[in-house]
Amino acid sequence: MAILDILTYPDERLKRIAEPVDRFDEELHAFLAVLEETMEAGPGGVGIAAPQVDRLQRIAIVDCSKARKPVSNHGRLFLINPEITEWEGMEVGREGCMSVPDYTGNVIRAERISVSALGPDGESQEYLFEGFEAKAVQHEVDHLDGLLFLDRLVSRRNDLFRRKSYQKSKKSNS
Amino acid sequence: MKHWYMLTLVGKDRPGIVAHLTSALFEGGCNLGEASMMRLGGNFTIMLMVEFQGRTRQLDELVAPVAESMDLHHHVDRIEGHLHQHLEPDVRITVYGADEAGIVARVTGALAEAGLHILDFESDVAGSEAEPIYVMTIEGHAAEGIEALQSALDIVTESGVEARLTPVQTMIG
Repeated sequence: MAILDILTYPDERLKRIAEPVDRFDEELHAFLAVLEETMEAGPGGVGIAAPQVDRLQRIAIVDCSKARKPVSNHGRLFLINPEITEWEGMEVGREGCMSVPDYTGNVIRAERISVSALGPDGESQEYLFEGFEAKAVQHEVDHLDGLLFLDRLVSRRNDLFRRKSYQKSKKSNS
Repeated sequence: MKHWYMLTLVGKDRPGIVAHLTSALFEGGCNLGEASMMRLGGNFTIMLMVEFQGRTRQLDELVAPVAESMDLHHHVDRIEGHLHQHLEPDVRITVYGADEAGIVARVTGALAEAGLHILDFESDVAGSEAEPIYVMTIEGHAAEGIEALQSALDIVTESGVEARLTPVQTMIG
């Protein structure tokens, strides 16, 4: 199957706001398959959004089962017209992006989010994401709003890592 | 032929150092690469990759007047480095404790033996003059795995410093 070209910044097309999907047909299903293939072709990618391949629609795929080290996940998800309805907690994590090669940086994301989205056939879906997977979903939803992780960079001195300081670190588990 | 140089400058901190220096470099035809600039103990320190069409001495002559005008020591090295050579950290370690000579050597020695390749190290001395505390943040690559580093830290913390290790898993979306 064909792999789509990924737009890379400074391509201005990455900064546009995507339109909602209103047709759930075979063309959409075919696009989802190619988009997934494109995500899998990217090194270490756990998510992709349609605007990254120059399709200005609110479509994202997240698949944290592909993370280099195992993280809790819902497997491969097609998220169409996703809306984040609740946010909880804050955590700094390191992110990179197929549209921003050779750069990674620290970004603050919510630790837990509730998401409403539609599936490939327009069916309603509700999810609760946390940790790594929640970050991936927020990163992809940002793409739908023309935002890159570069828009959310924080200084490495902005040490929200101390978040977990109330519980003693995992010293004793190892 | 253009070459990469590492330009180092140190001197008493004052406003405007970065703007003055980088204007002079720009006007002299330089292109800037990766940089680390920060205030350390009332000094301002700059380590800056500079791409320049010319020899070390010519770059030195370009920098000398602006450095002198701001009371900065400067040094120019031609380097083999290039852009796009990033290594991804997979672990972050923070250590703090009452300041005493030898903390850094003890902690980094133990971590090096456990396979840590340090990519980024920052430290600060906080607290009061009478009771200073030492705080360091390290990002690096755990060549022998996170568990080896955690075991090394567990031993180090028995000597009275607090240490926390956080795995860093970069999310590529």
